[in-house]
Amino acid sequence: MDENFKGPAAEEQQEHTENKIDKGSALKLSRRGFLGSIAAAGSIALVGSYKDASASKNFSGWPDRYGCLTDLTACVGCRSCEKACNEVNKLPMPDISFEDGSVFKGKRRPTEKSYTVVNQYKNPKDESSPIYRKVQCNHCNEPACASACPIHAYTKTPEGAVIYDPDKCFGCRYCMIACPFYVPAYDYNSAFEPKIVKCTMCYETRLKSGSMTACAEACPTGTITFGKRKDLIKLARKKIIEKPDRYIDHIYGEHEAGGTGWMYISGIPFEQLDFPVNLPKKPLIEETKGFLGAVPVVFTVWPAFFGMVYAALRHRDNLDKENKNHNDKKEAK
Amino acid sequence: MGNGTLTKTDNFKSWFMDKLLMGMSWPEYSRKLITPFNIVAAIILCIGIPLLVIRFIYGLSTVTHASHDYPWGILLGWGLFGGVPLSATGFVMGTAYYIFGFKGYKPLVRLGILAGFMGYLFAVIYLLTDIGRPWRIYYPMIMGFGTASVLFLVAWHVATYLTVQFLEFSEAILEWIKSKRVYRWATMIVIGMTIAGIILSTLHQSALGALFLLAPGKLHPLWYSSYLPIFFLSSSIYAAMAMVIVISTLIAKYVKHAADSNFLGNLDRLTVGLGKGACIGMFVYFALKVVGIAHDNNWYLLGTPYGNWFIVEMLAFIVMPAIVLTYGVKKNNAGIVRFGAFYAVLGVIVNRINVSIIAFNWNLPNHLHHIIPPWQEFAIVAAIATIHILIFRWIINRMPVVREDLEYKEFH
Repeated sequence: MDENFKGPAAEEQQEHTENKIDKGSALKLSRRGFLGSIAAAGSIALVGSYKDASASKNFSGWPDRYGCLTDLTACVGCRSCEKACNEVNKLPMPDISFEDGSVFKGKRRPTEKSYTVVNQYKNPKDESSPIYRKVQCNHCNEPACASACPIHAYTKTPEGAVIYDPDKCFGCRYCMIACPFYVPAYDYNSAFEPKIVKCTMCYETRLKSGSMTACAEACPTGTITFGKRKDLIKLARKKIIEKPDRYIDHIYGEHEAGGTGWMYISGIPFEQLDFPVNLPKKPLIEETKGFLGAVPVVFTVWPAFFGMVYAALRHRDNLDKENKNHNDKKEAK
Repeated sequence: MGNGTLTKTDNFKSWFMDKLLMGMSWPEYSRKLITPFNIVAAIILCIGIPLLVIRFIYGLSTVTHASHDYPWGILLGWGLFGGVPLSATGFVMGTAYYIFGFKGYKPLVRLGILAGFMGYLFAVIYLLTDIGRPWRIYYPMIMGFGTASVLFLVAWHVATYLTVQFLEFSEAILEWIKSKRVYRWATMIVIGMTIAGIILSTLHQSALGALFLLAPGKLHPLWYSSYLPIFFLSSSIYAAMAMVIVISTLIAKYVKHAADSNFLGNLDRLTVGLGKGACIGMFVYFALKVVGIAHDNNWYLLGTPYGNWFIVEMLAFIVMPAIVLTYGVKKNNAGIVRFGAFYAVLGVIVNRINVSIIAFNWNLPNHLHHIIPPWQEFAIVAAIATIHILIFRWIINRMPVVREDLEYKEFH
């Protein structure tokens, strides 16, 4: 029970411990952190300095995290990114081959067999050159999937990737409910080892050793730029300022759901490309913080309140009994 | 064969007949089992249980629509989100009787606690059917603490509360097996357990609503509200009172022989009393829902198709049953109150299905087409619900739930 109602406080303590850790040694630590034990978190709270305490409130993500910028005006729908992703991550062969254009007839989404898909949209400006949108995990700054997971199977690494550990997962699929971008897929066909499948930003295969994602490397048109997130935002701004006719003035992912590692610039409004545009600017976990903050209050106030009601009613019962006895005695006299 | 063994066997046989076959012999008992209800139940189980086995051998995709966009279907929409508020009976009746001192409701307290315990147990069974690796169900307690997750809270609370309710109900089990010493211990912890039950229920009833707070982009704004936890908690309280009326009505009609005169004789009066509580709860809940729309200034959405459905939920499934209940209470007519209670329970289920299924992902293309579950999922739900009813009836028939055990009267 203890772990439970100390939850949100411990969470914050964990955050500022992570903040102190330099990047090299923190590789294995998650953004929201694996809470090894309450005792450990408690001792950190005791020895941690006040300076760190303020840092925990202002932690705005790993400073040097990577991301990608997708320029939707440059994509020609060749699906080289899909193919490269499939090879690097050793995914099963797709139902429709990577060279087959018929795949664009419907809208696809990432599944248990594919981390990324490219969809085709009509171009309202020019019917002859359709727009293509690449879909994959956006690697949020504060991932809703990670906030949702009751077992901490998700980790936001200092490099910026949001990765998932199937050894911890019990398959509740709340991460799929929580993800605002409809990214995590579930391997429903497996009876004994079902797991979440989603883009890892090539964390194990490439990112860890300092290489860019396979899709970015494979892209022949320069649609996908890999880099540090802060540099990508500057690049996106520069592109929009230099070619105001080509781009709308919006970097999707700069602020959506607290900001994402994977960002987009486009020539037409994002809602026409099925991007969710009704998301809060705050990280989604902010929506549940008020509720989780009330938990310790209920744990402490309720027993006192209801205990008192019980005691008061018993007290009155006893008084009634005494009065009755007293009256009975009087009558007997 | 020695004499001693013989007596032992005889003792066991009489114990078995007395406790499990309700004093009948095997042939008598099995003949009594052939009733229309049991035959229907058997048919449902013959379809549902093989499907359940298929699900565990070949995976979820064989029985659910296995959608990446719709990870939760009716197994959870009905079983968890619908089942848990209707299982607030234990906490509501326990609080009313033990803490607030509504001593008149005694004949219904144990029934409420049993309904709560069974409801939670089966909510967990639906959950175990739905999650991918149910054998890891204890992982949130050991493998990793997702303290920022509302589901982490739900997992802990449902687990603890199930234990608490089992302890609360243990009185009846101990009376059934005629234990005296353990029984005294069990009665000593009842106040503590009741208060623990209030804490845990307050938190996880509301937590089920708070689960959806994490998906502001997906749940329709008329159902999404920062008040979701309060909506779920307040509706569970009247749902519990209505549910006690529903269950006691069914018992008085179909399992009458298990009830004593204290239960049957007081039932109409208590039904009206519970109905009064329920209709007050419903008006409070309705007011909160209106405050919810006003808070987000969502009035303009009421004219949309989802808004119309929202109005149907508000008027046909909250206001109407509340009016029926109020009328029944005013007329002091238990029959009308019973009808209102069934109606109110239906309304709560409609609300939970709305939040977890109908209004969720409302902005996806072909949404209403996607939420129709395959027949296999329906069949599994029907089978689990049938097992729920059969076990409930089994306990009511044997343990002192709707009757008092005279040997234990002095303890009460």
